[in-house]
Amino acid sequence: MTTETLPSTDPLAEAIAAVEGWPEAVDPTVSPTPAPAPADDREAVAKDFLIIDYSGDLEKVWATMILASTSAAMGVKTRVFVTFWGLPVFVKDSKRITGENWMQKMMSAMQRPGISHRHLSKMNFFGMGPWMMRKLAKQYGVASPKELLEVAQAMGVEFLPCQMTMDMFGLKPEDMIEGMGEPVGAATVIGLLTENSVPLFI
Amino acid sequence: MPVVEITQVVDARGLSCPMPIVKTAQACKGLPSGAALELVATDAGSIKDVAAWCRATGNELVEQTSDGAEYRFVIRRK
Repeated sequence: MTTETLPSTDPLAEAIAAVEGWPEAVDPTVSPTPAPAPADDREAVAKDFLIIDYSGDLEKVWATMILASTSAAMGVKTRVFVTFWGLPVFVKDSKRITGENWMQKMMSAMQRPGISHRHLSKMNFFGMGPWMMRKLAKQYGVASPKELLEVAQAMGVEFLPCQMTMDMFGLKPEDMIEGMGEPVGAATVIGLLTENSVPLFI
Repeated sequence: MPVVEITQVVDARGLSCPMPIVKTAQACKGLPSGAALELVATDAGSIKDVAAWCRATGNELVEQTSDGAEYRFVIRRK
């Protein structure tokens, strides 16, 4: 019996061993796999950055654009996965109504698509809030989301629309702004996350 | 203080985060290695941000001065 070959003074261990048997002895000649060398700061920075842009609210779109353009400026490969309420943000500003059926059209009528027509999630007051916010931004030299989007695109940030949301909202590639990436799905996002991307959900 | 020959000046006065960094990064792209760039900003956040950007990109922050209202940075391209 194996219990006799491995002496033990622990009654609990012996009781378990009586049922499950003793674990195999570890071979001391086989060294454990060496721990990876600790990554320095530069390596940490070399990771990709993935923003999941879920929201279409003015303040959150602003945050997305600021972080995306800054990370591109810092030499980090940056992608923005654009899904759900984030998707109408990337419809051309000139589009008034989008969609194929009445429900999709109604949704675009309830909030006009385009990055220049965003509402605040709070203190919107029928457009008064965003108007004041834009005025303050101009006064304090803060670039608008549209300006930041153009900068981000010029610096190589990839904007990847969600195919499922495109279908559900009835959006066609020609509705979207110039320079959008190919539509992708959740598997692409998970793939990027398991590879080398640091995620941020906004 | 050693005199550094400035190849390009980035005027980011009146601009808020992240534009001083974005403009610096864009200007830096067009410079040859070893060339120096001067950034002038009024955004107080740029004191920390320029240093962080230099650390992340490997460019050298040669000089950093301020007269209280304006911040001047001299950055040498990696």
